Amino acid sequence: MLSPSQILKDESLTFAEKAISLKTVDGKKLHRVEDIAVVNVDLAMAQDSTGPLAIRVLQDMGINRLWDPKRILIVIDHTYPAADEKVANLHALMRDFSFQHGCVLVEGSISHQHILEEYATPGLMIFGADSHTCQAGCVGAFATGIGSTEIAAVWATGQIWIRVPDSVRINLVGKLQKGVFARDIISHFIGMVGEDGGNYRALEWKGTAVKNLSLSSRACISNSSMECGAKIAVFEPDVLTRQYLSAVRRKPGYEIHAGRIAKYTDEFEIDLDKLEPIVAAPDNVDNVKNIREVEGTPIDQAFVGSSTNGRLEDLQVAAKILKGRKVNPRTRCIITPASRRIYEEAINSGLVDIFLQAGAVFTNATCGACVGTHLGVLGTNEVCISSSTRNYIGRMGSTSAKIYLASPATVAASAIRGEIADPRRYLR
Amino acid sequence: MTLRGRVWKFGDNINTDIIIPFRFKSRTNDPYEMAKYCMYGLDPDFHEKIQKGDIMVAGRNFGGGSSREQAPVAIKYCGIAAVVSESFARIFYRNGFAIGLPVMEVPKITKEVEQGEEMEVDLDTWSVKVLRTNKVFEAKKVPEFLANLMKIGGLVEYYKKYQQFPWQTMK
Repeated sequence: MLSPSQILKDESLTFAEKAISLKTVDGKKLHRVEDIAVVNVDLAMAQDSTGPLAIRVLQDMGINRLWDPKRILIVIDHTYPAADEKVANLHALMRDFSFQHGCVLVEGSISHQHILEEYATPGLMIFGADSHTCQAGCVGAFATGIGSTEIAAVWATGQIWIRVPDSVRINLVGKLQKGVFARDIISHFIGMVGEDGGNYRALEWKGTAVKNLSLSSRACISNSSMECGAKIAVFEPDVLTRQYLSAVRRKPGYEIHAGRIAKYTDEFEIDLDKLEPIVAAPDNVDNVKNIREVEGTPIDQAFVGSSTNGRLEDLQVAAKILKGRKVNPRTRCIITPASRRIYEEAINSGLVDIFLQAGAVFTNATCGACVGTHLGVLGTNEVCISSSTRNYIGRMGSTSAKIYLASPATVAASAIRGEIADPRRYLR
Repeated sequence: MTLRGRVWKFGDNINTDIIIPFRFKSRTNDPYEMAKYCMYGLDPDFHEKIQKGDIMVAGRNFGGGSSREQAPVAIKYCGIAAVVSESFARIFYRNGFAIGLPVMEVPKITKEVEQGEEMEVDLDTWSVKVLRTNKVFEAKKVPEFLANLMKIGGLVEYYKKYQQFPWQTMK
């Protein structure tokens, strides 16, 4: 048997190789790139658009006993509260299942944010039936997305197969300038590598600039790394991670740091000093433009929210821009927090007053508008600027609608102008 | 085990929002209902045009974006027998094996086949054949347990047969 410290100290291993080797079911050998490993899972999540199918699959298999209900998260977040009868019935199926088995039922917080607030620790092995599960990599967890049938198998056994991914290192240097945010970093990166540029790969976000990125900013980058196909996207634990874990009294797991002579398929450097606000134009996440190229494009809706950019710091920057100003009468502005906690904090800290005075709509926490299911669905030929996850055809409603993706600051500035606007003009 | 069918050709980056929009897939747990929205983002009537056994051929990065298994489920239950693509996004690819929708990665395949013509997908040799040219193309090899899982028809069928999952016997 290999000891955890042997694995953690091996200088030839990447983050992914260490994380997987630490959790393999036999624990007898190191797993390197391309190996297929079977791992013990620490946390297995499904939400209301993947969970019902997983529950049906378990029934089809005739499985009645679950591996460990306390480590199975059933999250109702995508269409919360139910927008219609059909959704309500699927939610009822999830509640019944959770109560029957004693699973952890969560309602009204986006799963990825809830995991960050309640569970994520360095080294934790998290599988979720949702592509953005990789967000938990922001504290150094191994977290990745799978489908409904495979999550059902994890619920039954606590184990799953995984191919050890090759790794890419991204060095962030310099300092973000006024009006430029984590979202601009990741959009810029996706533009560099393309929407399949990170497919199957582990992204290790490193460099001297990381220490200046808040946990929320790291969460945005880990979350959105999925948009270039990444399996995981990690920030190694540092002082800030440790401070956070200690503040929430959560026991740190394995602090994994990639070895000094670990091998990378590719390396990139991004100089934050030179970065400007970025917008991903319709209909692909890698169709990125400098703000100057799309400034002035008329918009019908401006949306701040989603697991990518619905955290308190996102709402704060939107409020800073909206304070004392009005949303353009030709535009509706919708603001959706990512969790119940953020919802409450936004109310208590006065942000919601600012939003309402500006003429924006403030909703409960949900994935609603981002996935075009409720609370901000787009109509025929409508144009939206959004801090949400994707701008694919039909993502937020009509297949003829057009979606521009940007940071919450760019979205808020655009809401005021009624057209895509540069946030730097609104930030003093 | 060989599948033969007519080709439906698509380009690069056919993502899961195009394959089945969220608002349809999140309101049903019935695979045949999901099938009615297959490829809705490009052609809302696509499901009516399919003959059982047809084969989809696509360019790079098929199935990117959401983890939604309803995407391969919609494709399978509207009658498509297999998806042959130049590359797949990782979750869609995994889901293909999990639900028993044959997914084969064949570089540059879109240059070799035409819309509507017949092709074969061979699950034993893990290769495809274009009947007009009689050319055979090898698909990217997969581990034996996955090739076997596909022949059995996915995890539900596998579990029913063996009362365990394929990786539970792997070392």
